Amino acid sequence: MTGESKRAIRVSRAGALTTVQDCGRPGYAHLGVPRSGALDAPAHHLANRLVGNPPAAPVLETTLTGVAISAECDVVAAVTGARAAVRVGGQPARLGAPIRLRRGQLLEVRSATSGVRSYLAFSGGLAVPRVLGSASADLLSGLGPPRLASGDVLQLGPIDETGGRNCCVLGELPAIAVPAGPASAPAGNSVPEPVRLVVHPGPRFDWLASPGLPVLEDGQWMVSPDSNRVALRLAGQPVRRRRGELASEGLVCGAIQALPDGHLVLFLADHPTTGGYPVIAVVDPACVSACAQARPGSKISFRLASGRT
Amino acid sequence: MKFRPAGPGALLVEVDTLAEVRALHAQIARERARGWAPALMDVIPAARTVLLDGVTDHDAVADEIRSWSVPPHPEASGQLVEIACRYDGPDLGDVARQWGVPPERVADVHSGLTHEVAFCGFAPGFPYIAGLGGGREVARRDRPRAAVPAGSVALGDEYTGIYPRTSPGGWQIIGHTDAVMWDEGRDPAALLRPGDRVRFVNVTP
Repeated sequence: MTGESKRAIRVSRAGALTTVQDCGRPGYAHLGVPRSGALDAPAHHLANRLVGNPPAAPVLETTLTGVAISAECDVVAAVTGARAAVRVGGQPARLGAPIRLRRGQLLEVRSATSGVRSYLAFSGGLAVPRVLGSASADLLSGLGPPRLASGDVLQLGPIDETGGRNCCVLGELPAIAVPAGPASAPAGNSVPEPVRLVVHPGPRFDWLASPGLPVLEDGQWMVSPDSNRVALRLAGQPVRRRRGELASEGLVCGAIQALPDGHLVLFLADHPTTGGYPVIAVVDPACVSACAQARPGSKISFRLASGRT
Repeated sequence: MKFRPAGPGALLVEVDTLAEVRALHAQIARERARGWAPALMDVIPAARTVLLDGVTDHDAVADEIRSWSVPPHPEASGQLVEIACRYDGPDLGDVARQWGVPPERVADVHSGLTHEVAFCGFAPGFPYIAGLGGGREVARRDRPRAAVPAGSVALGDEYTGIYPRTSPGGWQIIGHTDAVMWDEGRDPAALLRPGDRVRFVNVTP
């Protein structure tokens, strides 16, 4: 333990929507509890590894307009995910690298220039009370801590001296695997336009009218502004599907529903556990982080996975 | 029994009746207690399906489930919970048309039916309350609402649902209740659980 004052950060500017996220609440879906958790899991894990935390430690997740926090103690931070300018005490700092913050210094993540969500990890992790085993803010169910407000003070967990030093040994950084996927690359890449998503047949692909699933490869969709942590709402040429009613059934992250009017809803981490519109396709798990970083107005195109699912 | 892959990591098992869902779900719980399918993260029973989330080999899991002999699930005789409902929802007219009754009759019809919680889902504390069988099934809205207020009493298919908090939803709203459906500080957190019988009491002013 450091012998200094309380380990904490203070929120100077909360941004449009900044929440605490970890790996969410698997195992409670049968009670109606969403999985929740960081939308861009690779970026979440990378941020933690850069500061020497376990990959699942709670971090901050921003939305489009970034966040600014001041350090109440000396702390190592890292910013991953969306492309955004990072400033420490007004000076440029790097995305995707450990950042030493001195007590009182301001860490700013400016508006995302590509992608949506930045992840801020702090050595020791955010010490937030767990609900059903997770610190994640679930915006559908309201479980977990509230969204950040300016002036909030968030406590940090303890670090041991060894872990705290090791995380800043820059020579070790090449050993850290930077996950593939454009949205998670710490620097130099941006989310491509359009966002191309690999999809598998969903349990109700047979609700699509002829030609069936290939209609997804033929069309192009746009991410609607009313998209959020629950789902991307996709506007485009409506798909033609069978009329009728389907009994509500369980949903997975990445499920794509076809609404009766032919519009598509693509579910993300805060999705309801069950739903009654047919799931015609499911996004490949490796593409979910790209969904998390798809900005309102982004074009979306689909490619069917080859082989069986 | 039908097996429908839900992407590379999940399998949806479809059966013919809610009773079969309950029986299969209970069997899965027994098998998991014996160490079956340790990679499963979530098992989600619903109206005619059980979703297994955390499946890597769809065929192997399907073969194993086919090989089980699943005993019928005993009918639960759950506790009776009364829900005071103001029948003042914006979709009373749509429901009345679907039922072929005047809008002012919807409250009498709904509160006169026998209801039982079939399963939970959609959101913490959201009960799927079965009771609209026999021609009272209700078609959902063509486009879901982005925000259905907490406490809304709404109909979809053969179910009545009560929204624990404001959330998106496509069901037809017939009324509102002040009952708190979910409270993390309460044990159990959910007011209504599978097997509970429900009586809706008309308190429309």
